[in-house]
Amino acid sequence: MQTLNRKLIRELRHTRGQSLAIAAVVASGVAVFVMALGTLGTLRSSRDAYYERYRFADVFASLRRAPTAILPRIATLPGVARVQTRIVSDVTLDVPELDEPAVGRLISLPEVGEPVLNAVYLRRGRLPEPGRASEVLASEAFVEANTLDVGDTLQAVMNGRLQELRIVGVAISPEYIFQLRGGDLLPDDRRFGVFWVSQRQMEAAFDMEGAFNDVSLRLAGGARSEPVIEALDRLLKPYGSIGAIDREDHVSARFVADEIKQLRATAVVAPSIFLGVATFLLNVVLSRQIGTQREIIATLKAFGYSDAAVAWHYLKSAILVALFGAVLGAAGGLYLGRGLARLYAEFYHFPSLISRIDWRIVLAGVSLSVLAAVAGSYRAIYQVMRLMPAEAMRPAAPARYRQSWLERLGLTPWIPLTARMVLRGLQRRPLNSLLSSLGISAAVAVLLVGNFAPDALDYLLEFQFERAQRHDVQVAFYEVASPSAAYDLRHLPGVQTAETFRAVPVKLRFRHRSYRTSIMGLGQRRDLYRLLDVDGRAIPLPPAGLVLSDKLAELLAVREGETVTVEVLEGEEPVREVVVSGLAVEYAGTTAYMDRQALHRLMGEADTLNGAFLAVDPGQLETLYRELKETPQIASVAVKSATVEQFRETVAKNQLTMQSFMVFFAAVIAIGVVYNTARISLEERSRELATMRVIGFTRSEVSAILLGELAVLTSLAIPLGWAIGYGLCYAMVRGFETEMFRIPLVIHPESFAFAALVTVLAAAASGFWIHRQIGQLDLVAVLKSSE
Amino acid sequence: MSRAPASPPSDVHARQVVFRVRGATKVYPMGEVEVQALRGIDLDLYAGEFTVLLGPSGSGKSTLLNILGGLDQPTGGSVFYRELELSGASNRQLTQFRRHAVGFVFQFYNLIPSLTAWENVSLVTEVASDPMSPLEALRLVGLEDRRDHFPAQLSGGQQQRVAIARAIAKRPDVLLCDEPTGALDALTGITVLEAIQRINTELGTTTAVITHNAAIGEMSDRVVTIRDGRVAEDRRVAVKTPVAELRW
Ligand SMILES: Nc1ncnc2c1ncn2[C@@H]1O[C@H](COP(=O)(O)OP(=O)(O)OP(=O)(O)O)[C@@H](O)[C@H]1O
Ligand SMILES: [Mg+2]
Repeated sequence: MQTLNRKLIRELRHTRGQSLAIAAVVASGVAVFVMALGTLGTLRSSRDAYYERYRFADVFASLRRAPTAILPRIATLPGVARVQTRIVSDVTLDVPELDEPAVGRLISLPEVGEPVLNAVYLRRGRLPEPGRASEVLASEAFVEANTLDVGDTLQAVMNGRLQELRIVGVAISPEYIFQLRGGDLLPDDRRFGVFWVSQRQMEAAFDMEGAFNDVSLRLAGGARSEPVIEALDRLLKPYGSIGAIDREDHVSARFVADEIKQLRATAVVAPSIFLGVATFLLNVVLSRQIGTQREIIATLKAFGYSDAAVAWHYLKSAILVALFGAVLGAAGGLYLGRGLARLYAEFYHFPSLISRIDWRIVLAGVSLSVLAAVAGSYRAIYQVMRLMPAEAMRPAAPARYRQSWLERLGLTPWIPLTARMVLRGLQRRPLNSLLSSLGISAAVAVLLVGNFAPDALDYLLEFQFERAQRHDVQVAFYEVASPSAAYDLRHLPGVQTAETFRAVPVKLRFRHRSYRTSIMGLGQRRDLYRLLDVDGRAIPLPPAGLVLSDKLAELLAVREGETVTVEVLEGEEPVREVVVSGLAVEYAGTTAYMDRQALHRLMGEADTLNGAFLAVDPGQLETLYRELKETPQIASVAVKSATVEQFRETVAKNQLTMQSFMVFFAAVIAIGVVYNTARISLEERSRELATMRVIGFTRSEVSAILLGELAVLTSLAIPLGWAIGYGLCYAMVRGFETEMFRIPLVIHPESFAFAALVTVLAAAASGFWIHRQIGQLDLVAVLKSSE
Repeated sequence: MSRAPASPPSDVHARQVVFRVRGATKVYPMGEVEVQALRGIDLDLYAGEFTVLLGPSGSGKSTLLNILGGLDQPTGGSVFYRELELSGASNRQLTQFRRHAVGFVFQFYNLIPSLTAWENVSLVTEVASDPMSPLEALRLVGLEDRRDHFPAQLSGGQQQRVAIARAIAKRPDVLLCDEPTGALDALTGITVLEAIQRINTELGTTTAVITHNAAIGEMSDRVVTIRDGRVAEDRRVAVKTPVAELRW
């Protein structure tokens, strides 16, 4: 056994390039696995701790106004543990250095003590002092986005009066990890910020003494949210509640959950691919390596080594290589994961990052790779077991070659001898050739997966924000406005076109499913906000029916032509049956659309509107913003280019960091696979190549044979890899899909080209290496042995 | 250097010297110790001559032949192939030398398994400057009817004859054979030796053959015995015995 171990070590050293390449692939797989799962764990536990410590509520409801006298009735609802009532109001802000008006959400803070629920974490500064008007805490995201700090002041239009807000502290809250308003798709930290103001000041500013308009609940242990929500809705309906929601539907919480879900997709899909490739590589390498050692194996067995001893000998080298890679990968993954988690923490504004090394993940990654090594060696080891010792006694089993099928077609005279060697070599072991090609194609596939996300995001942005939504600015009014408001908008400076809309919060029901969203009532002649079908053609709005975004239809499991129940959550709260007469392709949001007049009829209301989409002369944007700032009816102004920019910053940035790691690892795979393939070929054919060198062939002539083989394998692998990669991208896309965002499966030709290019470069580098190795072949040694 | 090589027989004195070896040494460094494979060889090989190299195992025969064939270079001394100094030649020059001047035959045949007999020979004729046709070469070793067989479909002796055909197809100036019959039985060995002798007499190719079988020396012009890295004996064969009459 001692001697066998020495053989093992010597051979590992001899094939260290190859072993390192395999170890690198294993390391990549484990690194992605540990990195993604580690980050996921850190994010989850940091978020959960945040929610827990700062008492994030379970149920949320907002209403018009209710007297504090009903508080005991809420508190005694079955299932309710704790109640927090607040005054919450959105106001228009004038932020220095920001042209357009921003929106501030003011939230009341108790005069003394901490809020029962939805507490705030003070980053710096101090809490507003009860007596002093105008002191506020500002959210960190808003402060950072606008480069404000403690001591700065803002102007706010509160209840029609201009008031000063002085920032005395910067805070964060679990309720606004992402600063989103209902209906927002993306946070826009420059134009929307959260402020905490003392209770008394809020009461004074909004005439809310002895009243509240927002309530949050903590459920008693084991209580389910549905019955509580139902009871709460019944209780609050007279006070103008449009219905409570639980955490799952809370915009910020959902956004965080979606991000975590996407990370999990990466954490599962990517390492599976990597470890799969590693398994596969080990399989190919070991079985071919063992193939070249047949005689040695048979000799060992003839000398009395047991099958198990010989099998274990080869298994050991596989496990050693895998272990080496796994440990390396785990260390790298932990390191990268920590960096990534820090990045996320900054992005999420967590108060603290709970990151400890989860050894279970490391252990799982390492065991998975060892398992992969064992699985990968199985075929090879099985061949060892089957080998009869008698084979050592016989002279080397001569390789059996045949004319390749190309030659049998009668093309022989035109195929040069070296090409014939390549063809016959490939054909002699069709399975191995196929496996090698598959291995290279795995690299191509991973490269495609690692690189497709930006393509998909580009397409998403282009489709959603250029082809469908072509406005520059969207404005919303505080109150439902009359059609004359549209006339006013059209005459604002720089406005080229204005298309008004009416938005109504609703709950849609179909069979046992229901979904809360809003119906957008749009005009018939529209150019700024279009609904598109799969082919990008505009869909006209039907005179009466609904057009649903395709995701919404999927969530409700409803098809075109079927009828849904619309429960309006505003005004008279009518309930109507409406037919779904069309589906629109949308990659973001879950909105329903209707002809505006039809929506008015459904509501039983006169011609009204909530806001408008504007096309603006770019030269006059600033003037327009200034004008809008001074229009008290305007609740918010959304600048589309800013939204898109924000999107790139948020969703794109996180995903892209992860993706760039992936591309790096994919390149490692490409090189690992191609190098190994080349290396094995060299090993297998070193004898005949050396012979050719002996009889006077130049180094280039001899390399051409191996390079030819590599070229054939690589060119077969590229289209195959594209196909496999496309399938994997599809799997990733499904993993990335959330209610709010769908990633379209779009891969640019450039990405296909990139995947091919990296693989070809890896092949070229391996080819160069082969060329050098052939110069170093030991010509004399080859003549001394029979095989 | 100064030592004269074992004097050649007078009647070949006028013939051209193909290989001129002077004081050739070969040292293999093996970590601490050094293996002295050649300790100063002086030897001239003449055009058209059939030389047999004899000697105990490990005496340095293969080392010498490999140096003559441009597969290896001596550590010291000089080795000339006609005007070309092999001991100082570049890798490229050695490749060209092997390509155009040398035919090799090895103990283990070293045929390319993926090529047929005919193709194995073509491999050489395609890159040589004045080759015979592959078929002609196969005919010289009596294997023209096996032209489309792969090595695996041939017996050991047949494979060795294909190897000889491959070696001579380019009409090499010299034919170097390292134990060409080492892996063969006596009868098969004879057919192989006959093929080599035929090449030597019909084409006038300078030939050197390593063997352990002293009897084979009797079919040659000259028997050189190597012992312990030196030329121990250099003997001319007075009467050449036909191969078929050799006793093994
Ligand atoms: N690559 C090498 N490294 C170290 N020593 C070597 C090497 N090749 C040959 N030798 C040594 O050189 C000496 C001469 O070897 P060589 O192969 O020339 O012997 P030989 O006369 O051909 O023997 P045989 O009849 O057994 O083939 C031997 O002692 C051998 O151990
Ligand atoms: Mg020898």
